[in-house]
Amino acid sequence: MLEVRDVHLSFGGIKALQGVSFAAKPGEITGVIGPNGAGKTSLFNAISGFYQPDRGQVFFGGNDISHLSPDRRAEMGIARTFQNIALFRGMTVLDNIKLGGHTRLRTGLWSALSYFGPARREELELRREIEEKVIDFLEIDHIRKYPITILPYGLQKRVELGRALAMQPKVLLLDEPVAGMNREETADMARFILDVQEQFGITVLLVEHDMHMVMDICSHIVVLNFGQQIASGTPAEVSGDPGVIEAYLGAAA
Amino acid sequence: MITGDLKATYAADERVLNNGYKQAFVLAMAALCALMPFIANDYIILVASQMGIMLIAVVGVNVVIGYTGLLSLGHAAFMAIGAYSVPILHRLMDNIGLPDGIMPFIAIPGAIAISAIVGIIVGLPSLRVKGLYLAVATLSANFIIIFLIELEALAPWTGGLVGLNTPDPNILGWVFDTQREMFALIAALAFVTILAIQNLFRTRVGRAFIAIRERDYSAEILGISLFRYKLMSFAISAACCRLAGALFAYFYARILPEQFELALSLQLVAALIVGGMGRTMGPVFGVMIIVMVPEVLKFTFGMVAGGAAEVAQLRAPVQEIVFGLLIIFFLMFEPLGINQLVDRGIRALNRWPFARG
Ligand SMILES: Nc1ncnc2c1ncn2[C@@H]1O[C@H](COP(=O)(O)OP(=O)(O)O)[C@@H](O)[C@H]1O
Ligand SMILES: [Mg+2]
Repeated sequence: MLEVRDVHLSFGGIKALQGVSFAAKPGEITGVIGPNGAGKTSLFNAISGFYQPDRGQVFFGGNDISHLSPDRRAEMGIARTFQNIALFRGMTVLDNIKLGGHTRLRTGLWSALSYFGPARREELELRREIEEKVIDFLEIDHIRKYPITILPYGLQKRVELGRALAMQPKVLLLDEPVAGMNREETADMARFILDVQEQFGITVLLVEHDMHMVMDICSHIVVLNFGQQIASGTPAEVSGDPGVIEAYLGAAA
Repeated sequence: MITGDLKATYAADERVLNNGYKQAFVLAMAALCALMPFIANDYIILVASQMGIMLIAVVGVNVVIGYTGLLSLGHAAFMAIGAYSVPILHRLMDNIGLPDGIMPFIAIPGAIAISAIVGIIVGLPSLRVKGLYLAVATLSANFIIIFLIELEALAPWTGGLVGLNTPDPNILGWVFDTQREMFALIAALAFVTILAIQNLFRTRVGRAFIAIRERDYSAEILGISLFRYKLMSFAISAACCRLAGALFAYFYARILPEQFELALSLQLVAALIVGGMGRTMGPVFGVMIIVMVPEVLKFTFGMVAGGAAEVAQLRAPVQEIVFGLLIIFFLMFEPLGINQLVDRGIRALNRWPFARG
């Protein structure tokens, strides 16, 4: 489904990624962990196309997508959320989520200008679908007309997940979805992520610091440290790996 | 905050004129425009026609600046292309012997296409630069177009510095040779333009523009091509300005290059700022103010000074100062323009007398 092969990326002197290779298991949740600055977000940026790797490739569904623009990759079915929430702040929750449906809609300029007819049909169909598959699913009915700015942080994270789900993606990249959340919000979000994987069969790539959550819901874990991939395997394998314990778990303890 | 606006169906919830005030306002405007050719005096028809032409242009400027967030100062150039392509296309069609009655049907859409293409070319810098740099790039487009129009070598077609006489539109045998008839045409096209652009923002196309304004990398991550939509936005706004320019040419007997200089671009932007950027009704409110200011000044100067020439000389600079003050006032105190003031008023009315705030 999604595979990165020997990806190298540097910013000036900083080597953010040095030979990262792994394949996300289709329909499962793969965790990417590592201390701050390990290169997790850079990896996501290389996968979604914001950064061009110095070396190595990204494959999606068997095709090399390394040279495609971010919007082309999104169109193919790669969705993501950002570590620092990148919602459209001036819009309502509903409009944000509708934007997630962009690539699935067909309305072009001419039918948009006349609206009544095919464009209207498509828009109402999108609305119905979003209400059923995203808004109900994430339990955000009560805030659909709210502007993003007045929502608490935890809900904003949930709306951003909703916007990504509206794309009906094949692969979903989540960059620290529970960072800064309290215990209850974290539990909710973990449940939603599991539901996303179970109900929709979406392949999930998850960057997260909350080790309990990562160990709980991921079937496979990749560990980065200073841009290097120091381990990869099941939660049990990874948490028993001496290198990982030293570099990450040890440092955290 | 009032959130109790539950609707029975999604279709009802997606309506644009979602309250009685908006419906009443649109109906009243439509009725007024329909009645005006019969009851208004020549002066009111003249001012209203100017408003209509400018409105169509500002609606276009709103697409690129207000909704897509790309600061463009070159829109007078698109109006110039629209205006000049009318006599030039008419002359070409004359040469091949087309009947007068169908010329506007070719001149208007034909040159909307020309302007849309020029719009795309002028929009190209927006793919690389933002903000002030883009403003300067589009500004230079304005200078280039005026330069070409005034160029000696092209003067046989453009009339150079002295301008061109323009034809009256003959629509299927009906010649629109009075301002009253032209007003009806302008008003109808203004309504159609506003409606079409409003429609755009009920669909994925318009949403994509707004997404680019709000956060361009988020738009990309959702599969929105910045290349495609930024250029589309420029093309649409150029096409609106071109329509306004064509009507300008049909409305007046003669067009001159100086009418399309930077001052006009700035006036369009001023109207947008005063009225409210990124809102459907923003251009409507803004244009009313921007067209009224010179008229009110004319009137007060006439009252105060009678015919005194030395006072009348002050009118033009005073007008510029008033425009400047209006822009500064709105940017500082109400960046969302009159539209926002009106919205606030409607919300207060809805709440009255149950609550305050
Ligand atoms: N755009 C950038 N320019 C320069 N350095 C960057 C940029 N993005 C990331 N880095 C650097 O790359 C390294 C990895 O960062 P990042 O991928 O954000 O780590 P993580 O998400 O694991 O905390 C850090 O040293 C960071 O400073
Ligand atoms: Mg990060």
